[in-house]
Amino acid sequence: MRASARIIAGIAAVVLIATAATAFAIAWRPAIATIDPPGPQAFDTALVKRGRDLAAIGNCSDCHTLRGGKNFAGGLPVSTPFGTIFSTNITPDPDTGIGRWSEAAFRRAMRSGVNREGQHLYPTFPYDHFTNVSDEDDRALYAFLMTRQPVRAAPPENQLSFPFNQRLAIAGWKLLFLRHDTHRPDPKQSAEWNRGAYLVEGLAHCGACHTPRNALGAERVSAQFSGGDVDDWHAYAINEQSRSPVPWTADALFAYLREGWHPDHGTARGPMAKVVSNLSSVPASDVRAIAVYMAGVSDKPASARAEPNEAALARAGRAAQTNSAGASIYAAACASCHEGRRPLPYSGVNLSLSTAISSPDPRNLANIVLSGVDAVEGERSPIMPGFAASMNDEQASALLNYLRARFSEQPTWTDLKKTIADARRTQAVFLQTSPGPRNAPADPQQREKP
Amino acid sequence: MNGPMMLDRRRVLAGSGALIVSFSLSSALAQQHDAPATAAPNPPGSLKTSPYLDAWIRIDANGAIEVFTGKAELGQGFKTAFQQIAAEELDVAFESLKVTTADTRLTANEGYTAGSNSMKDSGTAIQNAAAQVRALLIAEAARRLDQPEADLRTENGAVIAPDGKRLSYGELVAADMLHVQAQPSSKLKDPATFKLVGQPVPRVDIPAKVTGGAAYVQDMRLPGMVHARVVRPPSYGAQLTECDAAAVEKMPGVVKVVRDSNFLAVVAEKEIQSIKAMNALAAAAKWKETASLPKQDDLPNVLTGLPSQNTTIFERGDPAATGVKTIEAIYTRPYQAHGSIGPSCAVAQFIDGEMTVWTHTQGVYPDRQGIAEMLRLPPASVRLIHVEGSGCYGHNGADDAAADAALIARALPGRPVRVQWTREQEHAWEPFGPAMVTKLKASLDGNGRIVDWNFDVWSNTHSMRPGGAGSLLAAQHMTQPFAVPAPKPLPLPEGGGDRNAIPFYSFANARVVHHFIPAMPVRISAMRALGAYHNVFSIESFMDELAALAGADPVEFRLRHLDDRRGRDVIERAAQAFGWKADQKSAQDRGYGFAFARYKNLAAYCAIASEVEVNRETGRPRLVRAVAAVDSGQVVNPDGLVNQIEGAIVQSMSWTLYESVTFDDTRITSIDWQTYPILRFNAVPDSIEVHIINRPGQPFLGSGETGQGPAAASISNAIANATGKRLRNLQLTRKRIKEAIDA
Amino acid sequence: MMTLKVNGREHQVDAEADTPLLYVLRDDLKLNAAKFGCGLGQCGSCTVIVDGQAVLSCVTPMVLLEGKQVTTLEGLGTIAEPAPIQRAFMEEQAAQCGYCIPGMMMRAQALLQKNSKPTDEQIRAELEPHLCRCGTHMRILRAVHRAARLMDTADASTTAKGSAR
Ligand code: FES
Ligand code: FES
Repeated sequence: MRASARIIAGIAAVVLIATAATAFAIAWRPAIATIDPPGPQAFDTALVKRGRDLAAIGNCSDCHTLRGGKNFAGGLPVSTPFGTIFSTNITPDPDTGIGRWSEAAFRRAMRSGVNREGQHLYPTFPYDHFTNVSDEDDRALYAFLMTRQPVRAAPPENQLSFPFNQRLAIAGWKLLFLRHDTHRPDPKQSAEWNRGAYLVEGLAHCGACHTPRNALGAERVSAQFSGGDVDDWHAYAINEQSRSPVPWTADALFAYLREGWHPDHGTARGPMAKVVSNLSSVPASDVRAIAVYMAGVSDKPASARAEPNEAALARAGRAAQTNSAGASIYAAACASCHEGRRPLPYSGVNLSLSTAISSPDPRNLANIVLSGVDAVEGERSPIMPGFAASMNDEQASALLNYLRARFSEQPTWTDLKKTIADARRTQAVFLQTSPGPRNAPADPQQREKP
Repeated sequence: MNGPMMLDRRRVLAGSGALIVSFSLSSALAQQHDAPATAAPNPPGSLKTSPYLDAWIRIDANGAIEVFTGKAELGQGFKTAFQQIAAEELDVAFESLKVTTADTRLTANEGYTAGSNSMKDSGTAIQNAAAQVRALLIAEAARRLDQPEADLRTENGAVIAPDGKRLSYGELVAADMLHVQAQPSSKLKDPATFKLVGQPVPRVDIPAKVTGGAAYVQDMRLPGMVHARVVRPPSYGAQLTECDAAAVEKMPGVVKVVRDSNFLAVVAEKEIQSIKAMNALAAAAKWKETASLPKQDDLPNVLTGLPSQNTTIFERGDPAATGVKTIEAIYTRPYQAHGSIGPSCAVAQFIDGEMTVWTHTQGVYPDRQGIAEMLRLPPASVRLIHVEGSGCYGHNGADDAAADAALIARALPGRPVRVQWTREQEHAWEPFGPAMVTKLKASLDGNGRIVDWNFDVWSNTHSMRPGGAGSLLAAQHMTQPFAVPAPKPLPLPEGGGDRNAIPFYSFANARVVHHFIPAMPVRISAMRALGAYHNVFSIESFMDELAALAGADPVEFRLRHLDDRRGRDVIERAAQAFGWKADQKSAQDRGYGFAFARYKNLAAYCAIASEVEVNRETGRPRLVRAVAAVDSGQVVNPDGLVNQIEGAIVQSMSWTLYESVTFDDTRITSIDWQTYPILRFNAVPDSIEVHIINRPGQPFLGSGETGQGPAAASISNAIANATGKRLRNLQLTRKRIKEAIDA
Repeated sequence: MMTLKVNGREHQVDAEADTPLLYVLRDDLKLNAAKFGCGLGQCGSCTVIVDGQAVLSCVTPMVLLEGKQVTTLEGLGTIAEPAPIQRAFMEEQAAQCGYCIPGMMMRAQALLQKNSKPTDEQIRAELEPHLCRCGTHMRILRAVHRAARLMDTADASTTAKGSAR
């Protein structure tokens, strides 16, 4: 977060405290009585199964499981502009988890961001989306979580500065930003579209990453899906401002969300890798619905980039006319795979189609070039070596400039060196917390026959 | 296959140092002419086929000792073990002798280095030859000193008389003294007096390997050497329809483009130039492909649907014993790759009609035969010298690369040619470990004893190694191609697809049928443990299924059916070291597994207990720890043995959890480490413990392959124990485990 | 012609800017330790140290090496005078075929230069880019731990010998 934003945030927070104090009466929430942990037998298996799929759509494990840690036991540090918040234990452990929560307490948390004891939860838990989840789906999620392995593990204390460490402040935040029922079915649209809208606006909480946030960390409704920040990565614009050289279609989105890659768009990386990994195991119809809905959001490319696929593809063959250092690095370090004759995703995307190279924000490209793509244990998955050790900042920016000039029509990035230096600093952190991408199987259809 | 050494006088004289020459010469000539007629009656190990002592051990006048083995060091460490054995029986210092490995001009023909047979064949031969050489030296000293042999002793390379008089071996040895045939039996040392055998002597090859010394065929650099790369067809049977090489020929450093029908290669002065030229040539080549591969997701049905030759290889009946409960199950294994870390490589040089090939083949003699046939040269004009490569675990691309190098070198007489395969070529073209299907059915009697056992195994052959040229890719691709030879099942007791198919346990009624499938839709050959990997996996998984049916503890259940003392010993040792208890309960999400086998039912015994953790949400399995007990007879180098077993467990775990070759209807699609993932460090177990049961004085049993099957079954049994679900189709992927848990 | 500093010596090599370092080391400088395993950055066999960092030489073009110091396994020590990491691998007998080992050693060396007391977890995480087909992993881990102890106890003069820039 930039310094100016921090100041604005501070001022706003003070105002917020005042507001919150006066709102104390309406902010107060009662505790909900504890229950005896019901035990796994208490739940219908079909319901649990349904809950498993929903939990995957909600990407619950991503925040509530530490890399290499116990499933759903929490403890993952989420850094925000206001400090570090640790995810909670949502296993049915009676003391440190949600074992003593009734379904009503669980539903209240999902709907209103209040825990069983009546405390307000930080909006890093995206209840501004989960509020849209139906009772029925909350029941299934509850059944799923209550049948997990209980793990005794209390998350570390949050590290927040005043006034953000005041839970009451959250009540004020909610007053300003939490809207219930933001999703209403649209009778003019198909059932599939409506299903997609329900998931995207609700459980899948796509906007949590892909919508920019205001100074108080709330999504800017007016700029929905125009790109956001997450874990030192840029979450691309997925509305009409998308810089994807080839516009997204429902089919492409479906394949991408399910398989983790698409020939016109490349492979899911960074935090998105875990999302697609989860979506690979849920019913295809739900992923299809998400794709159909999102295709509607993104199918109007901004005129500046409304360019036919052929032109984008043709650029791939364009001769390098920029810096020779970048060209040499590219030839030895990149071309052997990206111009190799493997099928996707194992050859890496055709760089002319790379959103990372066309994006206004070079962070993702810097992250990928420096850190590479790790193998997924025991599964077929793309591997890309990281170049952090072999390229200094100068060399990395020569390469990135070269890629930008050769594979996009976009203007040169400014401040590239700083982006690279930042990426170098943060990559270590990211590598410890982010899970690997999922298996992306070779599709024989994709293979070019000679 | 194990013919006499073929050498002629001229080449021998052009060869090595004087004394060795005379030995080589005489031994070569003698063996050529009279070996078959006068072979000694059955001396031990490979002395049977190469009976002359100086084919194994030569001593020159300075006392320098050279030991020869026809086997190839593949990273198993036997070169060190052989040196220990020879030094022990000769009574010389370990450092004072040198071991020379497989070379068609220098060493005996010991066929392939395979089947964990090196210790049994070559180790035994060297041990006996050394003992007999020592006896000859003592006899000679006795004659010279005019003292009874019984009064003489040997020490540190000399024979010593009671009065302290020393005659060094160098002084004693005379020109043809060792050129005698081995006796059927030798006076071996009492194991109780061993100084070297049984000690963890550090391996002789490791220092060079960890300091950047030249250690591999990949590291060879001969004067004037050029670099070649082959452009392989994109798929089996593809035909080269068009290839304009003019532009490639003009590329910097390019020496020659070699084309012989579907065999295409390029040679350049520098390695990087050969790579660039290979890429350009590959882009210029147009191929016609045919869709000939079977359906990968239906492999078991494809295999069992192919015509097969069915042989009942074991049958035992006791009508009195009848079962009350019967279960059956089918187990499958996919094609799996050797996946050597260093892709295959060879260097060849063709001078005056004589071809020399440096190769990491496992069989210099059979490979020589294939290459000679391909080049239409007499075998005597082809010399193959083994140089180490990266670990191969069976028949990988080594022989093919040797053939490539020979074919290209013939086109560039005089110049040494180095051929290096690419990662993709190694993965796509190596002959894989064959896919297999087993079907088991067994019955328990009222006392929980197995009384009826039926085992059917469907498999290809497990060896398409050269002998003839038809096994070599280059020979298959050239203008007058050599046909792939008809596959043959490998004979029992060692067996191929039926290796370890016969149960080692005693069951009242048992029947084992081998369904040998001649058709080979995917290129296959020998891979570590051959059929034993899958057969042991099947038998030992099914034993657990039966134990569960009987309500018995898996370890006790195995002992219940096993009479063999040494087998029982390894089971008990592994169980005890692991802390196995009949009423044990594993921690949450963990499971314990056990398995046992005697490799080939005639070699080393191995039992493995393991603990596995399974993540219930993701299905991800992790081998936490494994404890093995091994009996491979007389131990030569305990640390080497432990190294082999540790490696076998880790490798088998990777095969079992992660690995399968993939293909579409035309091409192999697992062509690198992205598409053929293997174990990485994050899945390495916390600990592996290996306990050796030494059997002093007992025959060497070898150990390289004994762990593969038990490790697989032990891990699979532990997964079943952790999840309550039995997985029968290899590989046991995270996805399959998750599906089983969620089902 | 390009200048390349390897193991403390400058070499004039006839190589293009885009030639991967691996081929220059093996072909021009006749060094053995860096191995060709995949040429794709997937296996780690070709690892060398560049300015103190482990680098995959098969995907590192010469143009990136101007002014940098390359260290290969040959530069650490010899059979007669092995560096601590080499001694550790010998003492643990941490090799089967040994083909993967030089790359592993170089990454371990780079790690130990930065962190002389790595935990087992850190060592495993660090070695993640490396494959070993023989299953020598348990010994490799033990050898790296042993090297850490050896480097820790070795006096300054001997550590200087076995350290790579
Ligand atoms: S050879 Fe460089 S990573 Fe495999
Ligand atoms: S020791 Fe053979 S590949 Fe590692």
